[in-house]
Amino acid sequence: MTAQRAPASNAAELVLAEQFRALPREVASPARAAAFRRFEEAGLPNRRVEAWHYTDLRAALAAPAATLGAPDAAAIAEARKRLAVLERLAATRLVLLDGYFIAALSDPPPAGVALAPTPPLAPPASDPVLALNVALAQGGLAATFATQTAAKAIEIVHLVSAEGAGAIYSRVALTLEANAQASVVERFVGAGAATQRQVSTWFDLAPGAQATHVALIEDAPALHVESQVVRLAERAAFDGFGLVAGGALARRQIFATLEGVRGRVGFSGLGLVDGLRQADTTLEVVHAAPHGQSREFFRHIVADEGTGVFQGKVIVKPGAQKTDGGMKSQAILLSPHATMDAKPELEIFADDVVCGHGATVGALDAQQLFYLRSRGLPEAEAEAMLLEAFAAEAIGRVADPALAEALLSATRVWLAARGQGRRM
Amino acid sequence: MLEVKNLSASVNGQPILDGLSLTVRTGEVAAIMGPNGSGKSTLSYIIAGKPDYEVTSGEILLDGEDLLALAPEARAAKGVFLAFQYPIEIPGVATMTFLKAALNAQRRARGEADLTTPDFRRAVRGAAQSLKIEEEMLRRPLNVGFSGGEKKRMEVLQMALLSPQLCVLDETDSGLDIDALRVVADGVNALRDPARSFVVITHYQRLLEHIQPDVVHVMARGRIVASGGPELALELERNGYRDYANANAAA
Ligand SMILES: Nc1ncnc2c1ncn2[C@@H]1O[C@H](COP(=O)(O)OP(=O)(O)OP(=O)(O)O)[C@@H](O)[C@H]1O
Ligand SMILES: [Mg+2]
Repeated sequence: MTAQRAPASNAAELVLAEQFRALPREVASPARAAAFRRFEEAGLPNRRVEAWHYTDLRAALAAPAATLGAPDAAAIAEARKRLAVLERLAATRLVLLDGYFIAALSDPPPAGVALAPTPPLAPPASDPVLALNVALAQGGLAATFATQTAAKAIEIVHLVSAEGAGAIYSRVALTLEANAQASVVERFVGAGAATQRQVSTWFDLAPGAQATHVALIEDAPALHVESQVVRLAERAAFDGFGLVAGGALARRQIFATLEGVRGRVGFSGLGLVDGLRQADTTLEVVHAAPHGQSREFFRHIVADEGTGVFQGKVIVKPGAQKTDGGMKSQAILLSPHATMDAKPELEIFADDVVCGHGATVGALDAQQLFYLRSRGLPEAEAEAMLLEAFAAEAIGRVADPALAEALLSATRVWLAARGQGRRM
Repeated sequence: MLEVKNLSASVNGQPILDGLSLTVRTGEVAAIMGPNGSGKSTLSYIIAGKPDYEVTSGEILLDGEDLLALAPEARAAKGVFLAFQYPIEIPGVATMTFLKAALNAQRRARGEADLTTPDFRRAVRGAAQSLKIEEEMLRRPLNVGFSGGEKKRMEVLQMALLSPQLCVLDETDSGLDIDALRVVADGVNALRDPARSFVVITHYQRLLEHIQPDVVHVMARGRIVASGGPELALELERNGYRDYANANAAA
């Protein structure tokens, strides 16, 4: 048997291989090894990899930081103080510190939810970066939502400790039994320019289960790679939203498969990009069963020399008849040096489907701006009002009003910071 | 007092205003009539500060202050208000939010404190009632899905709330039904004040039956070509603009 020759590893890949080999013996497993092999075969993706066409991770991750270990007592005590002043977005708070679940910082789970500190190993992944996450993540959390139960909302706070200079890998696995209902917010807090964070969240929805998920990236790591894997059995429904307001390079990648009939997914999000930042959302929705419905609605506001990326691919497998798909990406560019790359795609292998997509990129509407200014609103305030309205329509996809309000106020913070930065 | 002196302006290199001069005294209601495309809206936009126009010569003074040097919002704070011929729809911005932001922005620019929410609501409710605007409309996004007449009424509502010093009404009567015309005219008349000036742009003598102008100006090909009393509007109604089609200067 001739093994396929892996491309020569670069320095970063050698460092990652070293980190993999240094994993403690008790976490080693064949599945982890297989995942790392998958990563090594493909290597860090560059722009020649289609799904990574707009984000050159090989360049961005030229120097992988040392992986952060489980936090010590001092770090936990310090985290407790910071968590005390962090407003809650859900009744139950679960905390991952530097990627590790810390029961002492977390609430007991709500009725109908069972927690396990160590996630089960995930199935092999095709994306090399997700494979890397599977290979290297030691910390994380697994939760099972009991059948026929509507659990109270949970927030998972991904906190980075004060000395959080380093790489963080974590994995969250959420399993919904038949007809279970879950509402989960994941918040990313406390990362700074020396943090490289790679997380994955795995949703497994049994027949009739319903989940809503909101990811909120407000901190400012050098790298935020978030993979979301969603599998839906028949009649299951998933609504996900992501707000990316920080991070030098933020990549959210979503892999959703509607495996059973009459599944429904809705993915939406808002990217707020300024400075030299880049926010990339790439999603792939596979309709593998008939009568599925998918909706994607993403908006970006890109300022300065920022870059927004939206890649959406909806694949309708043979036999997935009566699929109903709709994908939309809209962006406002606030500067001549701002960029938006939008690539919505459909790959349809069934004949009886209704699918559409559209992408628009534009500037703020000059007529609207003048109308507001003619009423006395200063230019910056008029702009902020129009941008907030643009953002609010994306946030409107989040059904929970308190959550939507929190997202809107995070948006206002970003808009205000941008306004101030510009006036200096 | 508004003084437009020898104003020439172009858009995309195409001259539209051609040495226009116009004086509107404080407390005066001036009507401007003129054929389509003569530059009436252009004049009103330039007074309000729309950026698309290039002023090639002349000046605009409000009580002696150079308006052209000011940003649109600064003009608004000085009391300039334009009721748009085609009000702009702003999806996602609630009408009440907008009204409050506008009112407070102007107050701040003048060094006044923000209005309290109850005072603000009272002011809006009062103005809405007198203009027969349903409160439900105020809960909708600004101008979105409003009928043509509703948009015009919303312009007058904003004018009443902001109590400007110079009101420019660009065809506020067009699109209004007979009853709405009376309501809007009453709203404008209620604002008539010795300290406030109006420029009322219209195609129809009918509006001027409701809002009696002090002076009527005729605009053609980018300048004021005739000025007179209210009888001038009646004459235009009878004879149209043919007498002014080739006029080169004020009669
Ligand atoms: N952005 C523009 N680009 C090119 N031409 C323009 C632009 N705006 C206005 N014009 C032209 O300037 C002229 C004057 O337009 P304006 O809207 O001021 O006329 P008006 O007197 O208000 O007409 P109406 O009675 O129809 O409202 C018209 O010929 C119009 O086509
Ligand atoms: Mg006009």
